[in-house]
Amino acid sequence: MTYARRSWIVLWKDLLSERRSKETLNALFFFALLLLFLFQFALGADRERLTAAMPGLLWLGFILSGLVGLGRAFLAERENDCWEGLLLAPGDKSAIYLGKVAGNLVLMLFVEAVLLVLFAVFFDVDLGAHPLRLTVVIGLGTLGFAAVGTLFAAMTAHVRAREVLFPVLLLPVQVPLLLGAVEATEAVLLGEPLGAVGHWLGLLAAADAIYLTVGILTFDAILEA
Amino acid sequence: MTSRERVLGWVAGLGLTAGFVMAFGVAPREATQGNVQRIMYLHVPAILVAYLAFGVVLVASVIYLWGRAAGADRLAHASAEVGVVFTSINIATGAIWGKPTWGTWWTWDARLTSVSIMFVIYLAYLLLRAMIEDRERAARFAAVLGIVAALDIPLVHFSVYWWRTLHQPATLLRPGSTPMDPPFVLALIVNLVAFVLLYGYFVAKRVRLLRQEQEVLA
Amino acid sequence: MALHPPIRVIGLRKAFGAHVVLDDVSLEVRPGEAVALVGPNGAGKTTLLRILATLLRPSRGMARVAGYDCAREAERVRAHVGLLAHGAWVYEDLTPVENLRFWATLGGLPHGRDALSGALAAVELDRVADERVRTFSLGMKRRLALARVVLARPSVLLLDEPHAGLDQRAGKWLDAHLGGFKAAGGAILMTTHSFGRGLGVADRIAILAAGRLALDAPLGGLTPDDVRRLYEASVEDGV
Repeated sequence: MTYARRSWIVLWKDLLSERRSKETLNALFFFALLLLFLFQFALGADRERLTAAMPGLLWLGFILSGLVGLGRAFLAERENDCWEGLLLAPGDKSAIYLGKVAGNLVLMLFVEAVLLVLFAVFFDVDLGAHPLRLTVVIGLGTLGFAAVGTLFAAMTAHVRAREVLFPVLLLPVQVPLLLGAVEATEAVLLGEPLGAVGHWLGLLAAADAIYLTVGILTFDAILEA
Repeated sequence: MTSRERVLGWVAGLGLTAGFVMAFGVAPREATQGNVQRIMYLHVPAILVAYLAFGVVLVASVIYLWGRAAGADRLAHASAEVGVVFTSINIATGAIWGKPTWGTWWTWDARLTSVSIMFVIYLAYLLLRAMIEDRERAARFAAVLGIVAALDIPLVHFSVYWWRTLHQPATLLRPGSTPMDPPFVLALIVNLVAFVLLYGYFVAKRVRLLRQEQEVLA
Repeated sequence: MALHPPIRVIGLRKAFGAHVVLDDVSLEVRPGEAVALVGPNGAGKTTLLRILATLLRPSRGMARVAGYDCAREAERVRAHVGLLAHGAWVYEDLTPVENLRFWATLGGLPHGRDALSGALAAVELDRVADERVRTFSLGMKRRLALARVVLARPSVLLLDEPHAGLDQRAGKWLDAHLGGFKAAGGAILMTTHSFGRGLGVADRIAILAAGRLALDAPLGGLTPDDVRRLYEASVEDGV
């Protein structure tokens, strides 16, 4: 009970701060828009080529904006040494981790929804055919990304070259998530049922479970700066 | 160098010599691929030992987080370094084998891809260690990454395998597709044992150097 | 309580690599006592506080709070200690009330609006209780930090330059509050730069120079000028 309340207060604090400052969200929306231009320039105006590359581009957009957003996740904890307070708070530190993961998950899903709308409008992609299936795939992929990303963001928050180190650590580790998410998204966009990509969904769920478990078990070792 | 290390070094050297003799003298010339196939005696033990090395990193990392024993951290560090070296041997020999066999140094084959992703993950692991000055913090963070990385290996393996095989027919290099004759197997096993000994020698040496480094700095 | 002094440090040593910050420091703070820790920058004052607060592990020696070992029983030590660190531990985009609610909830303390408002009123931040902290001066953030420390009702206070950034009024309030805290049997270990204000509530002075305890003496009857002379003499000896 107190565990859930402590996770919740961390989530509440992060979302409230973000709603007030909009620092990360504003930057991410703009970034997402720029990505759209970049994809268009890189692939040219050929509709078919764009459509074929669509699932990959979509997740490239999610991951790049996620990298930018997650990289900022622990800035507020550093600003006034709040980090020390988190470390000294009594009880299981994994409550703080789960609160942070939830906050990052909400933020990323928000940006992803905007990216989806932008893709639908500018690249004329029909995303609305199976919204539920798409939500399942995106949710599973994003959860794992947030889980391992939050862990690594906390880890690199104290390193001088964190802007470089964070993506270097995160990108290779989450290759399985990326592959699974892209393949499953492609299948769903082609109208296939979730059962056809059951093995990918299983892999995504396994990855989510592994990352979350490791995060819960090791977060106190990372907090202890 | 301690006497135990020296013994391990000599035994590993003997093993490698025996492996060399087995690979070039005893094992027959493979019918379809010719002499190029002999690179397998280097290629396969290298990756198996790399997996062993990363498994040791996992175990040592868990032990470190549990009891914060500096020795476990040094073992993880040394084992990761040696694992990366053996992985790069595997990738290099794979490329050398691939050129005459497939006609290209590199292809996005499932095994090549998943091994190279593993390679990059552990390079990042060593980078993390190098970038954190505080030794105790570096040890903690590296231990967490060492656990994530090891658990990621099967995920990488399955995802890359499915990703490739769903797009193209099965690759040339499939394990167990043709049963090997006893001389081939024997040569492989001798080389594998030699590589495990070599791994032990390297790790023992690196662990000792890391300890001495830390003693000097402390 | 009589068996375990609130703070007991014996033979404490802390080194970062080859750099020794604290060397063989022994110190005790009794219930109802305030000890002022004085010394030049880099003398190890903050390091000592951080070890007692369980933010750092000692390299050697013993540090205990309320009888609990700071290295091995950190969780129990944390329940007794209130730390006012160099950073104020405030989130800039939250209001003072929201900041207090966050820390109180995380610490498992009562976090009703009344309790939080009372704590804010004590540091005279109740009139700006619903404004964002981003607009606050340094002194206001320090006061908010004090309100957070007070909220947890610790039995041991570790204060790092508590008077820094506070104006005359807030400084007076702090002294009065610390006096009340001592009267109730609480123990205080505080670092200070200023001989005038910082020593107001202190019963004893401990001078740290180059990581060693150069002087540990009762303050009774000493004027700030006496202390200054003692300090200068100790620091020169220590270096």
